[in-house]
Amino acid sequence: MNPSPATAAGPQTGPATRWDDDPVLTVEHLTMRFGGLVAVGDLSFNVGHGDITALIGPNGAGKTTVFNCVTGFYKPTEGRIVMRHGPGRQQQAVDAVTASGLRYKAANDGAVFLLERMPDYEITKSAKVARTFQNIRLFGGMTVLENLLVAQHNPLMIASGFTFGGIIGLPAYARAQGEAVDRAVYWMEHVNLLDRADDPAGDLPYGAQRRLEIARAMCTRPELLCLDEPAAGLNPRESAELNQLLQFIRSEGTSVLLIEHDMGVVMEISDHIIVLDYGIKISDGDPSFVKSDPKVIAAYLGVDDEAEIDVPEVRAEVAAVIHEAGSGAQAAGPTRPEGGRT
Amino acid sequence: MATTVDAPTAENRPAGAQRDLEEQRRAPLKTGEDPQNTLAASLKDAAAAALLAGVLGFFFLALRTEIAPGGLDVSARWGLWLASIAVVFAGRLLLNLFVFKTRRPVTQLFAGRGAGLGARLPWLGKAVGAALFLFAMILPFFITTVFPAQQRQYIDLAILIMTYVMLGWGLNIVVGLAGLLDLGYVAFYAVGAYAFALLSTHFEVIGFWTALPLAGMLAAFWGVILGFPVLRLRGDYLAIVTLAFGEMIRIVLLNWYDFTGGPNGISGIPKPTLFGLEFTRGEDGVAAFLGIEYSTIHRFIYLYYIIFILAIVTNFVTMRLRRLPVGRAWEALREDEIACRSLGINTTNTKLTAFAIGAMFGGFAGSFFATRQGFISPESFTFLESAIILAIVVLGGLGSQIGVVIASVVMIGGIEMLRNIGFLSDIFGPDFDPVKYRMLIFGLAMVGIMIWKPRGLISTREPTIALKERKRIGADYVAQGEGH
Repeated sequence: MNPSPATAAGPQTGPATRWDDDPVLTVEHLTMRFGGLVAVGDLSFNVGHGDITALIGPNGAGKTTVFNCVTGFYKPTEGRIVMRHGPGRQQQAVDAVTASGLRYKAANDGAVFLLERMPDYEITKSAKVARTFQNIRLFGGMTVLENLLVAQHNPLMIASGFTFGGIIGLPAYARAQGEAVDRAVYWMEHVNLLDRADDPAGDLPYGAQRRLEIARAMCTRPELLCLDEPAAGLNPRESAELNQLLQFIRSEGTSVLLIEHDMGVVMEISDHIIVLDYGIKISDGDPSFVKSDPKVIAAYLGVDDEAEIDVPEVRAEVAAVIHEAGSGAQAAGPTRPEGGRT
Repeated sequence: MATTVDAPTAENRPAGAQRDLEEQRRAPLKTGEDPQNTLAASLKDAAAAALLAGVLGFFFLALRTEIAPGGLDVSARWGLWLASIAVVFAGRLLLNLFVFKTRRPVTQLFAGRGAGLGARLPWLGKAVGAALFLFAMILPFFITTVFPAQQRQYIDLAILIMTYVMLGWGLNIVVGLAGLLDLGYVAFYAVGAYAFALLSTHFEVIGFWTALPLAGMLAAFWGVILGFPVLRLRGDYLAIVTLAFGEMIRIVLLNWYDFTGGPNGISGIPKPTLFGLEFTRGEDGVAAFLGIEYSTIHRFIYLYYIIFILAIVTNFVTMRLRRLPVGRAWEALREDEIACRSLGINTTNTKLTAFAIGAMFGGFAGSFFATRQGFISPESFTFLESAIILAIVVLGGLGSQIGVVIASVVMIGGIEMLRNIGFLSDIFGPDFDPVKYRMLIFGLAMVGIMIWKPRGLISTREPTIALKERKRIGADYVAQGEGH
């Protein structure tokens, strides 16, 4: 494993960028194999502190697999996933934890977590990475308020004296629950669900369920929020509201990593975009860089019908990309079918 | 932020046309036939059913063979056969006319009246609960004054029902709240019973009140022991393994002769005492101490109050737990386990606590069972017991406390009351024994409930916390958890 990820993450962008200097999450040489299929091959990237980072790519590119590795739902075959609290790369701490075999190391000015060593619930509980799901997973039979209280399980559990104090009715628990309700109300206000607080989550319309899932993830007080296609199935007005909500979440000090197909959302709010195709990174940079990257255009628009591309420079670039991607794919593992896609 | 996002509000909930549409989709299929056609079609359908009954019943009802000297003797019972055909014809015709082939089915009328009841009268559930609680509190004295001749029998029955209420409430934690289908709950009942029996027969100093917490702790310990390997399994597999665990405990109790006495069981289990006073006739008995006349019924009344208090404690703790983070995590686990993990909830620990606490109450009930009987053997802890307790929970409505009470009264009390139905033998002749048919009647009642109330008697869920108004949540939204 390469211990200096600065060179591994983002070689295209040239000089070190903000997200390389101050990353909250670093994925290094992540490989995920399912039997013979390589879903993600040797992927490295950084998620900047306080950024909205988008992970995009065509269907089946391995975006959700990356998410599942980061949030502990899959154990990666290879690679290191580092989550940091506090500023800077904290390289010494990262190296120390990696060598020690421990899961994390906390100091006064920050903490370092190796997510690939932690079980899924621990990642949310200690490393403060929260996530939402592509297909909404709410507690449909519980009210909106209850959903948001379940998200605050761990602090409430401590306040209830691991249930024993709560059974005999300690006032500390009542106080903690009051605070938890206040926090829930705060987020219900921000996703406009306050007047539906006592309705079952399953009764909400689709867009409201998406917002509730984000609010529920935020109630775990995450440092990094991972959103799996938050704009899927939303109408344009709801997408615009989602943009505002995500910007608000960023202003609250939470970094955001999102998978998204809606380019309107991605290009408008992202500070940093990573493009995946067939499990490998094909582009990494700010929105304007990615938008004009020929590899991205090739991946999204397809390249087999070369007659349609009548600008000679673009055609030459595309040919170079195909050559590079072909040889890169052979080296990294993912097999690329013949020809491109339209 | 809140002002800019003018997202869907109360207007967006399905109301008016949308709600009607949804209800229509759920409503039974109605045929738009006019009344005359309805009658003709009903008669035709009833005739077909009668014909079918005649064909099927011919060999079973009409002909009867008996062993006679020199071979078989065939006798005909035409009266019975014709009567059964007539009953089927009339029954089917009535069903057709009033339910199947009418614009306004009678059942819908009932359903319509019953459905909105909970919503219209939100205090009803609480009122019924309070009334039942008060009635349960005075029940022994009610029985001794109203039925003095049968007081022993009725108080015994009340104790039995209350035991099942407690077991149902205990299992409700595992099945109703955490959504883990446990078919071997009786194992913890057995652990509690044997723990008390063995402790009290081996150690003189241990009486009922000292053994009770020990038995509960042992049962909880066994719940954890079972839980560790089993809780990785899901759904049907979990149910099968818990079923196997229940049987394993019983078979170990049956075969470990040196320790448990095997099929002979354990006898001479001490009776519970009231602050060290025994319920005996002598000088140091409770009756002498209180200065009242001795009667054997005192001990039964005392037993009733023990199980009553144990059950109330179970209920109180369960209601408290539901409002604590661990209880909410149980219900969240029933709704969606993956989402729970994404919120930082350790699902293994959460499941284990559900198993352990459910098992603990099973253990308490078990030690009560041992002290009430004075004798236990593995025969009392068969799979049928697990099935009955599970049936009580499911019939009452998963997660509903009052539903468990109603279901236990109906199931346990109902079965026992069927033993005492005398008037039926006046109709069907002196040979008719209703006890033989009680399981049949019971089965029919279960099928009926599953048709009309598929999610149990009380299927709605009460939220554990409310911001403004506590609204009951319909069964459609509530998940049933693993293995349902």
